[in-house]
Amino acid sequence: MNKKLAGYLGASLILLVLTLLICVGTGSVSLPMGDIARILLHRVPALGEWITPDWTTASEQIVLNVRLPRVLLGLIVGSSLALAGAAFQGVLRNPLADPFTLGVSSGSSVGAAVLIFFGWQFSLVGIFTLPMVAFVTGFTTLLIVLALAKEGGRIPTESLILSGVVMQTFLGAVVAFLTAMSKKTVNEILYWTMGSLSLRGWSYTAILLPYLVIGLVIIWSGARRLNLFALGERQAAHSGLDVERTKLVMLVVATLLTAAAVSVAGVIGFAGLVVPHMIRLITGPDYRLIVPLSAICGGIFLMWSDLIARTILGQVEIPLGIVTAFVGAPFFAYLLYRNKKQRESRQERGMM
Amino acid sequence: MSRIELRAVTKQIGQKTVLRDVNLKIEQGQFVGIIGPNGSGKTTLLHTISGVEQIESGEINIDDRAVSSYRRRELARKLAVLQQDGIPNIAYPVEDVIEMGRFPFLDWLGRDHSPDIREVMDRIMTRLDLTSLAGRPVDELSGGQRQRVALGKVMAQQPQVLLLDEPTTYLDIRYQLQFMELVSEWQKDENLTVVAVMHDLNLASMYCDRLVVLQEGRIAAEGTPHEILTPDTLHSVFEVRSALAEHPDSGVPQIMLRRKEQL
Repeated sequence: MNKKLAGYLGASLILLVLTLLICVGTGSVSLPMGDIARILLHRVPALGEWITPDWTTASEQIVLNVRLPRVLLGLIVGSSLALAGAAFQGVLRNPLADPFTLGVSSGSSVGAAVLIFFGWQFSLVGIFTLPMVAFVTGFTTLLIVLALAKEGGRIPTESLILSGVVMQTFLGAVVAFLTAMSKKTVNEILYWTMGSLSLRGWSYTAILLPYLVIGLVIIWSGARRLNLFALGERQAAHSGLDVERTKLVMLVVATLLTAAAVSVAGVIGFAGLVVPHMIRLITGPDYRLIVPLSAICGGIFLMWSDLIARTILGQVEIPLGIVTAFVGAPFFAYLLYRNKKQRESRQERGMM
Repeated sequence: MSRIELRAVTKQIGQKTVLRDVNLKIEQGQFVGIIGPNGSGKTTLLHTISGVEQIESGEINIDDRAVSSYRRRELARKLAVLQQDGIPNIAYPVEDVIEMGRFPFLDWLGRDHSPDIREVMDRIMTRLDLTSLAGRPVDELSGGQRQRVALGKVMAQQPQVLLLDEPTTYLDIRYQLQFMELVSEWQKDENLTVVAVMHDLNLASMYCDRLVVLQEGRIAAEGTPHEILTPDTLHSVFEVRSALAEHPDSGVPQIMLRRKEQL
């Protein structure tokens, strides 16, 4: 187990570093990877003294103040969403659950949109206002979706997705309404709801990082519990798991991760769905592997998506949510299809 | 020593009273079968003992302590449950599923401090003939193999009490017999207490020391298979006509059903 984990972690971390260098290097001015690596290493205490700066200050400015904050923000947002997705899927035993399909992202975006609409972003508790309000509205949405989907103590996949769609549509309309009402902030809300990482300085990275770290620690240390959920809630309880408590902790943490990501980057769909599934296809169902790898690969996925968003049309940037939807929606369709196939073959074998 | 005691237990689901005034005492090492018609509350009884269903009134004690006062982890070290549906369709390998039975014994870093746990696990795998299947995903196994995995998982839990909910329902007769033999062997080795909801009365008669008959949520009768499995009791509980034969090996009663037109 540990060997396997170390192997996968090593491979994905190498991929992460490569992605980071490529993404920082690509843009209107392209920079060689070697320069970027040296610029970054130069900033590392102790190690930096060994490197003589032979690059232009313009390059350093672009790397450190323009591209790096944006790329790192992508990394953190992607990690947060993928982690949240893995936790939702595990606890709800539902392969189609993710912050977006469950309506949590939309729920969070309503809270955030209201704040932006009235210009209250920093009113209550400073920089924590937006994430906290987004959390409250996101979690409320989650509770409503779960209550809607519940059928006699069970939550069937289809009705969960349906409830998610209902809430998403409704909340999307609320945000659209606010956008239409708003005079001065039209572009801000509109752009933000479609998901974007642009024009976010270092401060946003700093806001998100603590949420990601805490979320990663809690969800990763609960990986074994998520595995038990696969046996069904009752059997998990019989195996010694405090089911209700675990469920609450995981749902709260996953929603918090989503809310933090949404409040900074807007609604970015499907990252939490696609990434844990890709990993599951490679590693199998064990959450002790899925959780840490989702965190890393979620970051990789979003960094690439953002690279596409800002380069594919030259100078014009397309919203990040559009890129992830282009990848995510077909994947979602594929999962639905596979789910159906599995059910059919199970029926043929005469089980359940 | 583990004993289970139910006193005046009443349980409602919605408007329906599923268990009424159930009193039952089970001593360590007994193999108790719970029988009764469909909907008589057998499974609910099992779930109230395992603490996943709350009761309206009465008490359920395990080792003189209310079941509801145990933490799940603590209870899982004493009591294991094998549900009717066993292990769901999951892609986890056999070995991992059996290891999940160790969950209540792990510390916060996921380490198992029990001495010679490797040996115990190996013994379980060998005994259940699962060694060659260790790396296979559970959803690729046959029903009989999968039920053995479910048994392996509860064995890894090393309980003093085992609750079984119609464990042989989905198995053919070969695996039914194999399964009951494995349970019975384990029960004798470890002086395990077994409480099993049984559908098959002939199997129940072969393996249980004591039978409890549930009817509409009440205990209608209890005693040895000889005392319980009589044509009269079977008629009043299941509304069937029957005749009995003696099992040629052990002498326990075996039931033969009779058709109306031939009476």
